[in-house]
Amino acid sequence: MAGKKASVWTSISFWRRSAAWVTGLATILLIWLTFDTMAQIRMGTDQELKEGIKRRIPAPTVINYKIDYKYDEKRGLEAPVIGPEKQPLFGKELSPKEAAALLHLGKLTSQSKNCMDCHTLLGNGGYYAPDLTKAWLDPMWEQTMPAMTGKKTKEEAMVAFLMHPDKYPTHARMMPNLGITEQEAKGLVAFLKHMSSIDTNGYPRGFSKTIKEFQTGGTYAK
Amino acid sequence: MLNKTAHLSPSKQLAMNYFRVAIVLFGAQLLFGLVIGLQYLFPGFLYEVVDFSVARMIHINALVVWMLYAMIGSVYLMLPDETGIEKPVGMGLGKLAFWVLTAAVAVVVVVFLFIQVGPGKESSIWFINEGREYLEAPRWADIGIVVVVLIFYANVFFTYMKGKKTGIMTVMVANLMAVAGLYLAGMFFTDNISMDQYWWWWVIHLWVEATWEVFVGTLAAYALLRVIGAKREIVEMWLWIEVLMLFGSGILGLGHHYFWIGTPEYWWEIGALFSSLEPVPLVAMFVHVLYDWGKEQGAHEAGGKGNAITNGPTMAWVTVNAFGNFLGAGIWGFFHTLPQVNIYTHGSQFTAAHGHLAFFGAYATILVGMMYLGIQDSYGLKKLKATFKSKMALFLITFGMLGMAVALTIAGYEQVLVERAELGAGWQAFFTAQNLPWYVQAMVWREIMGVVVFLGFVYLVWDLLTIGKVEAAAEEA
Repeated sequence: MAGKKASVWTSISFWRRSAAWVTGLATILLIWLTFDTMAQIRMGTDQELKEGIKRRIPAPTVINYKIDYKYDEKRGLEAPVIGPEKQPLFGKELSPKEAAALLHLGKLTSQSKNCMDCHTLLGNGGYYAPDLTKAWLDPMWEQTMPAMTGKKTKEEAMVAFLMHPDKYPTHARMMPNLGITEQEAKGLVAFLKHMSSIDTNGYPRGFSKTIKEFQTGGTYAK
Repeated sequence: MLNKTAHLSPSKQLAMNYFRVAIVLFGAQLLFGLVIGLQYLFPGFLYEVVDFSVARMIHINALVVWMLYAMIGSVYLMLPDETGIEKPVGMGLGKLAFWVLTAAVAVVVVVFLFIQVGPGKESSIWFINEGREYLEAPRWADIGIVVVVLIFYANVFFTYMKGKKTGIMTVMVANLMAVAGLYLAGMFFTDNISMDQYWWWWVIHLWVEATWEVFVGTLAAYALLRVIGAKREIVEMWLWIEVLMLFGSGILGLGHHYFWIGTPEYWWEIGALFSSLEPVPLVAMFVHVLYDWGKEQGAHEAGGKGNAITNGPTMAWVTVNAFGNFLGAGIWGFFHTLPQVNIYTHGSQFTAAHGHLAFFGAYATILVGMMYLGIQDSYGLKKLKATFKSKMALFLITFGMLGMAVALTIAGYEQVLVERAELGAGWQAFFTAQNLPWYVQAMVWREIMGVVVFLGFVYLVWDLLTIGKVEAAAEEA
């Protein structure tokens, strides 16, 4: 290395320059892709929802609509199906402003109650409790939980459960009482319903197979 | 480790302070790990006292913070050796920053343990807990961390500018800027969970799969120079090659976290390609360590000089690092990095198996090695030989970690096949898999192996506290 250079492969300056170039190129590519992704994952608008324009992350008012998760033949995976039927949360259609406020409360509550250290959200978090990505569509909320909590609808059952999870044990491993208020619980339900409308490229796969098994209709049933 | 540091340079004294806090937090990490492992088996254990979420938050935050402490300590340890400057620029501020950071960490831990959660308001995010895995530290602490890290960075940067500019320090200074800058990506709130996780991964991934790995390469280079007297030209050339490969694969390897969080499908190809390349530099690092070791040992024996190694425990931990990094981060990561597999394994115990072995293999090992270098300096020893306790610590911790990773992998397999493939990932599917005997047995073994790791940790602390005195006495005799 000192004196006569035997080969470029043992030259420190060659490797230093290569490292700088490769790192620089990778960084530029990442930043460029980030701009593209940012545009694709910004939250949609109410107008887009009304016009049936698909967004990967729909507007907060998506909670006014019926949401399903169905097998898409062309993509070979399950994708959310939004509307066109309405299914307002707690039976009351919310304005874009009200929906955004409720979602904001829900997201904030999900963080301040530290949901993510037991549950996974979009598959990320703790592995101690079920994944919440499509929790809004879970068949347990259709059948078991409304009966257990004595509520008529699944969103009411969710609120009752979230406020007092220690009262409604479903397994030996129970969710603790985190002091969630009624309003916070409603926010969380809005947050969960909104999350179930996100296009997650088919994760979790086969989710609606469970729905079929619980006879509420699902993707593999078509 | 406790009282022999008076003769050390100010930089190395501060390094030892960082190491002391690091080892305490390491212990806390293991203890809370045992708690959550036990909660898998006995869900009533500490229910509504220290719930799983709380104990896990402390488990993973103690992990991140002890590693950051040990990393900062390692930099202060190598700074005088690499730059030729005994007293870094702005040392007074650096010392103050250590105490401020330690006080802040103590407050955060107390709040995590005793206040735990807050109402759904901005104030909770600011003062109690941010609720984003690994980045739970409340916002005030985030800002404090940034300030402290800036002071630390100023110490390093201005000392570097003033002193010798070795290749190792050049990589260190450039890389540390990226480590510090990336933390900012995790300091904002958004209602959009996909946007949230997109930037969250900038911190998590670009730390542990890019900048921290380069950091490890730098530490390994420094350790090889000191411990076996490797040639600087060779070590620094390898370091640049490692930087090339680590950043070349790791930066865009970020894509493997963007398969399922609402981000576009093109991340499948980008994430799959680049993250599949991530093990390559880890193989290179392994080869590099063993090759240099063999080469220097051969030269020593040819010259009739006996053993080339001047610090047995450090060399042992660096070697375990070289292999553990490749195995835990490389192999275990590659297992589930392709989207075709990951759609089933994402968010299962598979991830936990990889996480445990990777954090241990890639980071814990080399940072413990750096602590032994600090001990050697503290006692001014020419040689530091491994004691029985050093060997027990290395063996028990490594064996226990491997056992845990294997147990979690088995639990992960079961979970992936039953909960995901067979039943489709719902609430009932989750618990059906959690309750199957094979899963439960794996979790029992995980806890047993966790106890083995903890025993190893006891040996490690015992050794760190005593090895210097023992070896100093031996050297005098």
